[in-house]
Amino acid sequence: MKALIETIVNPLVDYPEDIQVDVKEEERKIVYHLTVNQEDVGKVIGKNGRIAKAIRTVVYAAGSDSKKRIYLDIM
Amino acid sequence: MKQITATGQTVEEAVQSALEQLQTSRDLVEVEIIDEGKKGFLGFGSKPSIVKVSKVHAKEETPEQEVNTELKKQETVPDININVQAETEESETELPAHDPIEEAERYIKAIASDMGASVEVKTTVNGREVHFELIGDKIALLIGKRGQTLNALQYLLHLTINRYTDQYYTAVLDAEGYRNRRKATLETLASRLSEKALKSNQDVKLEPMPSYERKIIHTALQNNRKVETYSAGNEPKRYVVIRPSK
Repeated sequence: MKALIETIVNPLVDYPEDIQVDVKEEERKIVYHLTVNQEDVGKVIGKNGRIAKAIRTVVYAAGSDSKKRIYLDIM
Repeated sequence: MKQITATGQTVEEAVQSALEQLQTSRDLVEVEIIDEGKKGFLGFGSKPSIVKVSKVHAKEETPEQEVNTELKKQETVPDININVQAETEESETELPAHDPIEEAERYIKAIASDMGASVEVKTTVNGREVHFELIGDKIALLIGKRGQTLNALQYLLHLTINRYTDQYYTAVLDAEGYRNRRKATLETLASRLSEKALKSNQDVKLEPMPSYERKIIHTALQNNRKVETYSAGNEPKRYVVIRPSK
């Protein structure tokens, strides 16, 4: 899942080396926390959060067969 | 007049390199930018900046002292164009420019395989429109409810394909003929709801849809004189309204 998030975000940003995905597993959910370079924040959120929404849709679809609920935090 | 073509990572670097080779200063030359260069995509496709720097003939514009040195220089240096490759090591090791369409193809394949649904991609380019057809086993996972995953992937694909091109591409992502099936569904829905609007003599609002799906509805009812259609609301929750004509 971590690899998927990185694959998606990589070509969207100017500083791919600064992409960081932290995983926090809780009792009933797994939270992925995505951070990118300060200058790239807009590129992963987009106008009205359109890009963020698209990233979440894909990530949640991939996590649909896991038992725990998946969340993606951006920044 | 002496001319020199130089390359560098940026326009500024290229100009600097040319000035060094001509042993002159910035205000004594005319700079013509041949290629601005590109930063590249994932380390691919970067292009060095190329500039053509011409020494302005010194006679009219510079004081006499300088004219003398200038003339001397011109005697010793033949008046020909010299091509100097001043590319840095980095750009030499870089791969040749990659096709944005190929990049996009690789991108969608990587995402699908990370999602656990390996796919084959069949790409057709039709002018500005690039059509990607996904073929594989777990295609349902990639389509999602009402195609929402497919639409999200299409949007991401659209962003990456247009990232480093001057041309503007429209990316259409399809999986196992989903778009055509959806089109048929929407056309049936359109004709059913137009009848409902006529029967009740009231406006019928449809659920929010992306622009190309709304277009299918508008097109389907275009030739129906009894109803008219328009879109209302703001993206991403814009929806079609079918209204009985007066």
